[in-house]
Formats: sequence, structure tokens, C-alpha cells
Amino acid sequence: MSTDVKTIPQAEHIAPNGVKLPVYMDNHATTPMDPRVLEEMLPYFMEKFGNAASRNHAFGWAGEEGVETARERIAKLVGATPKEIIFTSGATESDNLAIKGVAEMYKEKGNHIITAVTEHKAVLDTCKRLEKYGYRVTYLPVQKDGLIDLDDLKRAMDDKTILVTIMAANNEIGVLQPIAEIGKLCRERGIIFHTDATQAVGKVPIDVNKQNIDLMSISAHKMYGPKGVGALYVRRKNPRVQISAIIDGGGHERGMRSGTLNVPGIVGLGKACAIASEEMAKESSYLAGLRDRLRDRIMNRLDEVYINGSWEHRLPGSLNISFAYVEGESLLMGINDIAVSSGSACTSATLEPSYVLKALGAGDDLAHSSIRFGLGRFNTEAEVDYVADRVVETVSRLRELSPLYEMAKEGVDLKTVKWAAE
Amino acid sequence: MAYSDKVLDHYSNPRNVGSMDKNSTEVGTGLVGAPECGDVMKLQIKVNPQTNIIEDAKFKTFGCGSAIASSSLATEWVKGKTVEEALQIKNTEIVKELSLPPVKIHCSVLAEDAIRAAIHDWKKKQDVAKPAAVAVQ
Repeated sequence: MSTDVKTIPQAEHIAPNGVKLPVYMDNHATTPMDPRVLEEMLPYFMEKFGNAASRNHAFGWAGEEGVETARERIAKLVGATPKEIIFTSGATESDNLAIKGVAEMYKEKGNHIITAVTEHKAVLDTCKRLEKYGYRVTYLPVQKDGLIDLDDLKRAMDDKTILVTIMAANNEIGVLQPIAEIGKLCRERGIIFHTDATQAVGKVPIDVNKQNIDLMSISAHKMYGPKGVGALYVRRKNPRVQISAIIDGGGHERGMRSGTLNVPGIVGLGKACAIASEEMAKESSYLAGLRDRLRDRIMNRLDEVYINGSWEHRLPGSLNISFAYVEGESLLMGINDIAVSSGSACTSATLEPSYVLKALGAGDDLAHSSIRFGLGRFNTEAEVDYVADRVVETVSRLRELSPLYEMAKEGVDLKTVKWAAE
Repeated sequence: MAYSDKVLDHYSNPRNVGSMDKNSTEVGTGLVGAPECGDVMKLQIKVNPQTNIIEDAKFKTFGCGSAIASSSLATEWVKGKTVEEALQIKNTEIVKELSLPPVKIHCSVLAEDAIRAAIHDWKKKQDVAKPAAVAVQ
């Protein structure tokens, strides 16, 4: 790349209404760490550096104590017992361990796995790999609102089905799948149910018993904890679920995940869960309030704006909107003092628009026009107002530039136009 | 995504945004790309029938910053050129001028296509108009 290429310059550091720039509103990608989490972690880097697996001295015991406290806190947040929590490097590893672990352990019982087309790549690509090894995978479609149809799920289940893996909350559109109902259907048929709850844990109530969850992936950095640490919940009774390890070694985590434990990270995950247990209810109504305010301040001032995914079954901090006739990347470029994501092809490495939005059947053009706003614990009302103003201003400007907007205003039906590139 | 200063400049201050009467015989309109692909460019030229010189050019683009910049630059470059000269503009020159990265080369291709499509449309109009003009004389 030539030397005159540079990154987007940041705007003034403080906006007129006192908002500090840039504004971070991409909390589905990752969250900033809560200072209380960092504080809890710090001793485990220096003073309490011991290996939690060192059973014969005080350094090891201190590490182990930190880990076991964390295990209890995580278990409490999701209604599990501490022994059912296995630490991993993050939700991607947890998804891999759950799916591959069940596939190997239960291969005598069957070879069929059910998932959905809108799952995270950590689930989809793991399933694709298993297909190469002779497993059969059903990818359930989703309805217009992003939710799976439970009748589709029932029809897909057969006597060879060993695993259903459906996410609790979608990372792109924030919709909440009917986890309890899915869990019930699986339990009735003796099928193991895994859910990737990366976006859901700490945001919406999860109870592994009430929701009949057998395996559940958890990530720390989506809930104000550190990156590089996560957990897998593995049910121990009613029924006892067994999984084969994918990482072999010293037999840590009851043989399911070898490798020296990331003690500071685990302590951080534990603290993040403890905070969530205390504050989730209050935080959830705060975030839903911010989200609704953002939606109203955008939708009251712009026409042809569409919300992607169910409004009713949705994470409190999640808003994914398509701005018709405006391309997502150019919109991001116009609001370069705001950190959000787009489903536009131009923002991805593959030049393909979001497969999640395509799965909703909205059409590729609306996928190209989508922006994901992810509100989090540290966002403020003033930030929401600033973001809404900037979005409205930029969308209006880009629509003046858009031949599609002009054609639509002239009454041309864009669906009937014969485009040169098709 | 890193943008060059020139892309940022065209994005922030696009040149020659607008529309001309697509039914005028002096105006050629090129509409290229598709909404599904994330890029649509409309480029229009107004040609002096005596001199074949492009006297005005306008564009509207749905697409990323590089697509907007490519079409904005294209309108600047075609203005003042004859139709034949404008046909010589190559996408590689747009790539060079805007320092477009490899993933954005398709934007420059689309801009070249838009110029050609606009000229093609104008020429078609002249072919239709000519016999009529002869008849009036």
C-alpha cells in the first residue's frame, strides 16, 4: 500500500454535547473490561502467580482458590453446579469441544447433528468439518424474524440424532432463540442440547435446569471480562453428559481440557459473572431503554429504515438496522467517530454480505445496508443521542448521492430493473 | 479499511453530484452495477453535438467510499474531453490516482464501465437523431 494511505482520521475528541469520541457501540464484538474485574484479576499476575494444578504448596493453593471461586460464581449465574464448569480459551473453543466432543463420544449412538444457518462460524465450521468425517448435519432455516421454527426442528430429529446445537442469542441481530422449548424437545427424545450462549450469558437470565441445557458455551470478553478465556458448561446429572477431549495433556478440568489454567483470566470471568448476577436485571432495563431511544431517534427522522430480526425476542442492547439505498461501508465511513459494525460485503474479508441477514430473506441489498449497534454497560444517553444524530445526518447525505434512492422516489420498482451486473 | 486522502476527499466532498434529464438527446446515461452486489453507479454526460466535447458530467453512486470516489473522479476526468478521449480512460488510472487497494479494484472497473455506458447511450441517441435531422434539412 502506498505511503499516502492512512487510517480514518478521528474527529474532535469531544462532541458539542460533551460526548467523548470515538463512541464505542460495538459491544457484540467485544466489551471493555469492567474496572472491578481488572481489580480482581491483578493479584493473580504477580503475588498469586501459582499454577492451580500445583497441589503441594501455597502458591498452587492460592491459584486454585481463585479458580474455584470463579467456578462457583459462573455456576451461580447459570444455575449450574461448580463441577459442571470447564474452563477454556473462549467460546470458539467451547463450541468446538462441545460439538466434536459429543460427536466422538456418541458416535456409536448416531451420526446426526442439527444446527441452524444463522449460527456463529465456530459452530457452523465445526459442523462442516464433522461432515467430512461422515457425520450428517441438518442446517435449519430461520424465519423472517431470525427464529427457528420448532416444527422444523421436530421434523429434523431422528433416531440417529445425537446433538442439537442452537445459539441462545445471535451475535449479529441479537435475536433470542426459544432455548427452553428446544431444550424440552431434546430432553423428551434423549438428544443432547448444546447452546452457544456467548452473547446471552450475563445479559438475559439463563438457567441450565429450567431450560434443559446440557452443554453451554460461555465467553468472558462479551460480558466485561478479559479476552482469551471462556467456559463450557457440561451437565453432570439428569442426564450425565460425556464428551471426548479435543486437547490432550495433563488431564486438567477432569480430563476434558488439558492445559495449565489461565488463572487471572478465569478469576476475571468469575468476577464478571458475579457482577452480572447482581446487576443484570437493572442493566437490562437500562440497555433496553437506550436501545429504544436509539431506534426512535433514528426511525422518527428517516424513512425506509428496517429493523433486522424479531423485536420482541431480542437482547436488550442489540439493534440491527438496514438503511435502504445506502451502502453499509460508506455509512461507516461517514460516522467514523462511532464504532459499530456492518453486514455489508465491503466490510468483510470475503466480499459476501452477512449470511445471517441473507438467511432472514431480506435480500442482499438490505444486507449491504445494515448496521449493528451494540449497546453496553458503559454507554450513555448522550452517546445515543449523538450517534442517532450522526447516523441520520450521514444517511440523509448518502441518500442524496444514491441513484437507488432517486429511482425509488421516482416510483421505479428496483426489483424489476434489469441490472447490468446480474 | 484504510482509505487514501484522495478517497476521503472525494467521499467528503464529492464532485458533480446530481442528475441531468435522461431524455435529452445531448445527455448520455450509464447505469451500472447491481444493488445485490453493493454497488450501483449512475454517470451522466452532456455532450456538445458540434464538438463532441463532454461539457458537463454528473453522478450518483450507491456503494462504498471507494466506489463513490471512483465515480466522482470519473466525472472530473471526462469533463472537457471529447467522447473519444473519454473512452481512453482506463480503470488502472483511477486505481493509481486514488491509491485503491486490491479489494477495491472492482470500484474502478465499475467507474470505467459507467463512462462507457454513458457514452454508448449518448451515441445511440445520436444514431437515432441523425436521420431525422437530415430529413428536416
